[in-house]
Amino acid sequence: MIITTATKRTRRWRTLGAAALAGSLAIGLAGCGSSDGGAGDSPEIADMPAEGVDDGTTITMWSRAPLEKQAQNAVEIYNSTHENQVELELLPNDDVEGKVGAAVQSDGLPDILAGDVVRIPYWTQQGIFMDLTEQIDALPNKDDLQSGHIKAGTMDGAEHTLPFVTDISVMVWNKDLYEQAGLDPEAGPTTFDEYVEQAKAVADLDEDGVAGSFLAGQSGGALVFTLLPILWGSGETPLNEDGTEAMLDSDAAQQLFDGYRELAETPNGLGAGSKEETGATWTAPFQNGTVGVMQYPATAVSGLFDSASFEIGVAPIPGVDGGSSTFLGGDAIGISQSSENVAQAWNFLAWLMSDEAQQQVFADNDDTASNLTVLAEGYADADPRTQIGNDTVKDGQTPIAVNFNEAFNAAGSPWQMLVQDQIWGDDPADLSSLNDDITSILAQ
Amino acid sequence: MADATTTQRVVLGRGGAPRRSGRFARRENRLGWLYAAPTTTLLAVLFIAPIVVVVAMSASRWTLLGGAQGGNFPENFTKVFADPMLGDAIGFTLLYTVITTAILMPLAFFLALLVQESRRWNSFLRTAILLPSALGIASASLLFYALYSPQIGPINGILDWIGSFDAGASILGTPGGALWGTVVLVVWRFAGYYMLLMMVGLQAIPGDVYEAARIDGAGRWKTLTTITLPLLRPTLAMTMIMSVTGSLLAFDQFYILTKGGPNNSTMTIVQLVYRYAFETKKDLGMAAALSVLILVALVVVNAFQLKALRIGADDE
Repeated sequence: MIITTATKRTRRWRTLGAAALAGSLAIGLAGCGSSDGGAGDSPEIADMPAEGVDDGTTITMWSRAPLEKQAQNAVEIYNSTHENQVELELLPNDDVEGKVGAAVQSDGLPDILAGDVVRIPYWTQQGIFMDLTEQIDALPNKDDLQSGHIKAGTMDGAEHTLPFVTDISVMVWNKDLYEQAGLDPEAGPTTFDEYVEQAKAVADLDEDGVAGSFLAGQSGGALVFTLLPILWGSGETPLNEDGTEAMLDSDAAQQLFDGYRELAETPNGLGAGSKEETGATWTAPFQNGTVGVMQYPATAVSGLFDSASFEIGVAPIPGVDGGSSTFLGGDAIGISQSSENVAQAWNFLAWLMSDEAQQQVFADNDDTASNLTVLAEGYADADPRTQIGNDTVKDGQTPIAVNFNEAFNAAGSPWQMLVQDQIWGDDPADLSSLNDDITSILAQ
Repeated sequence: MADATTTQRVVLGRGGAPRRSGRFARRENRLGWLYAAPTTTLLAVLFIAPIVVVVAMSASRWTLLGGAQGGNFPENFTKVFADPMLGDAIGFTLLYTVITTAILMPLAFFLALLVQESRRWNSFLRTAILLPSALGIASASLLFYALYSPQIGPINGILDWIGSFDAGASILGTPGGALWGTVVLVVWRFAGYYMLLMMVGLQAIPGDVYEAARIDGAGRWKTLTTITLPLLRPTLAMTMIMSVTGSLLAFDQFYILTKGGPNNSTMTIVQLVYRYAFETKKDLGMAAALSVLILVALVVVNAFQLKALRIGADDE
């Protein structure tokens, strides 16, 4: 009796499951059907004019949600001045890999694809992007563009990508807290040791909720954004040329982690939640005025100049013994291999690289341009502190490795484990063995 | 010629009983197949085909962006077994399964006993306990994510007020906190559902058995241990299968609440499959290989449990 009810129920569940599966399959099939264009008749790229074609075609484009503002600005200005119309779709940051993967399998990629620059080498290696070497080399201002995003998409000498949005990291400090701590509010750190000292001075204020510095300990992406510039500034190369080997066991790296360990052991040295921060809210504590000094995204800090209730100082991120650098992050952009509107898509890209577009889309909105001339001259009306960040772009670097995402950015990556162990571990392991863990992923 | 055949058939049809029943059976057979066809097709397309694809995938080099690139058996399996994260993921998944099942089963049984008789407040209680089951597991996880948030959630403040916790720290920031935070969510979400299943089982036990027990002078405890529990055994076995299988396949709640963190301490096996496919390796072959291993493990586990279910039925 009971058994019958039970089996009946299981059967009903099975039917329900089947229905659910049928539904998802139908959606999947629909996805395949709609994207099934007539592949194979891609237009002749060779015959294409240098500035592409502007004939009123609709071009599709994918970017990711965190860059919504910049992407919208670019598309709106292009659409209002051109016959071609770009249709922008924003993907949630965490879904990008899956969505692009599915689109490749079903031939459903958009004409233009922009993606996190650290993902670009892998995409390029997998043949997602069209070879644009000839077009990129013919750009009149190619040498004037920041080169990190072009290098990221270069494979065996063939260039595939251009800079879309440049996001750099800078050192910022809270001048109000500096004054309270007896520091010179106009002088930020010029070496890593000074950074540690100044952070400790703010920590010594012993004010409730106020900390010397802050770190996003569980976010591999934020950790490379904030820590790698210190190594570059020290003249180190954290990755080898091919991106197959990590070199994070240098003396400078050891000094870096020792300095952070010292801060972590100081009461209020690193803000509460630094060890657990997954990257979703890592910019909030400084914004709330409770952090003395830390590395910060330049695009985020420019928005704080007017709105914050305290005064902010900006400087380049210093190396261990002086020098400075920045992380050339943000998104690179390319034309997908399956695009049937290559000439029209190139028209958008070529336009975006022009001084005029860089000025209108980025400089006029206080975002970082990708073009050195505009970076130097286009911010006359902007806050002088924006200029300090802009000047670091020419010394900036982008780490390039095919397996960068798995080794550094993914949650629980060996890089994240290395940082956790070196800064907060009870008994920190030998740096070189943790470095080998990263290399073993990079070398796959 | 045609006539002759017809006659012959008619004659045979009249005279030869075995032949007639044979044809009848064949016709019945065909009809049977016809009736079963929709289900069979559905099964073939929706269950068997995907399994075949996954098995094929697990034996091929098949990357997320590169597609299928020919067979490479057993390379995917070797790579999965060589992953140092596999052992930790299996260990954590088993721990999580034991904890949730050990909490959910007694709790659901207790709740079912509490609300099975129709008293004044019971229908209200039943609804209140069952209500979370109406929420999708992803929405429930998001709700708890907000509740646990040190920035906007109320729980930090409450724990701080009790005095056991620092308001600035994150509940999901430590391995223990992340595990128990998720267990609380899952218990809240599923207790009502399992309570309902247990209630159905309880109500299927005939009242006269209880009456007989009472006449024989059995007390409450004696009735519970000698009547209710044995007669409820099939229901208990079934809910146990569902809870164990569900917990072994846990994904959504961890994907949303912890992302496997902090430091990979809450990584379940299915999350590892997802990671192989979309995050770290971008290798569908490896993901499929691990899926096949999970499938085999689940078949074994369920076979044991079904056996237990059948024993329960025999006792009845």
